[in-house]
Amino acid sequence: MPTKMRLFQVVGRKAPTPNDESPQIYRMKLFAPNEVNAKSRFWYFMHQMRKMKKTTGEILDVNEITEKNTNYVKNYGIWIKYNSRSGTHNMYREYRDVSLNAAIDTLYNDMAGRHRSRFQSIQIIRTATVKSSDCKRVTTTQFHDSKLKYPLPHRVVRPTTKQLRSKYLATRPSTHFN
Amino acid sequence: MGFTRFVEVGRVALINYGPDAGKLCTIIDMIDNNRVLVDGPREKTGIHRQVMTTKRLSLTDFVAKIPRNAKEKKIVAAWEDQGILAAWESTSWAKKLATKKRRASLSDFDRFKVMIAKKQKTEIVTKKLTEISA
Repeated sequence: MPTKMRLFQVVGRKAPTPNDESPQIYRMKLFAPNEVNAKSRFWYFMHQMRKMKKTTGEILDVNEITEKNTNYVKNYGIWIKYNSRSGTHNMYREYRDVSLNAAIDTLYNDMAGRHRSRFQSIQIIRTATVKSSDCKRVTTTQFHDSKLKYPLPHRVVRPTTKQLRSKYLATRPSTHFN
Repeated sequence: MGFTRFVEVGRVALINYGPDAGKLCTIIDMIDNNRVLVDGPREKTGIHRQVMTTKRLSLTDFVAKIPRNAKEKKIVAAWEDQGILAAWESTSWAKKLATKKRRASLSDFDRFKVMIAKKQKTEIVTKKLTEISA
């Protein structure tokens, strides 16, 4: 399933000058919806961290990094720095998902929902797949039970297709299917 | 009167919404509260390995004995050992789905034949009833 955020590797350096023939090359891995935004985010970060900006530098390469294997669930640990209304904080968040891009999507939506922080106020410092034994959050570790099972209580019935929806039903729907 | 059908590794579920509605699938891992990793197996039901929301699943009574994240071959072997497909087809749930599908695909001539058959059936029934009541 296509995700909004994609992982890009952007490689760039300051433009070579007579003083500095081959400047230091920097590589950044960052999340952006597309290559154009990726390049823009590259300059945003590089400008913050080094004396380099779009006018004085050049991007050498942009590559997308895709998930190696989306056929099993991983625990993603994500370290972020975000601006709240009254300060800037570090955070560590965990998400269980099938691909890093999907976990980052969830992260941005989660941060927006829980902390009202928008895309521009969040900087992703580091991401990693975390071993189940090293996970810290209960919401992820509760799924690490090898004999996990849970029922689906109170199911709200939905017609198989939108066409089969009706305004009125002859009988009250049943919500217990277990 | 508790729960008998659980979201667990190996649980066979019927997809009840979306493009794959009406097909069976096996739960091979749980991602979070609302999502599970699901596999057909593709050989048996046509469902590829994918993420599915539990909202789209109707759990059945069948559980395939597979380990978590089992590869497709193992799931197919479990399905064949336990005869899940045949067991499913013989449940009244599956039979009702099949008749619904059949009825929806009838041509006008088929519907005419159904009408005639119904008439013949009621004729036999009422004749027997009058015999008994008389």
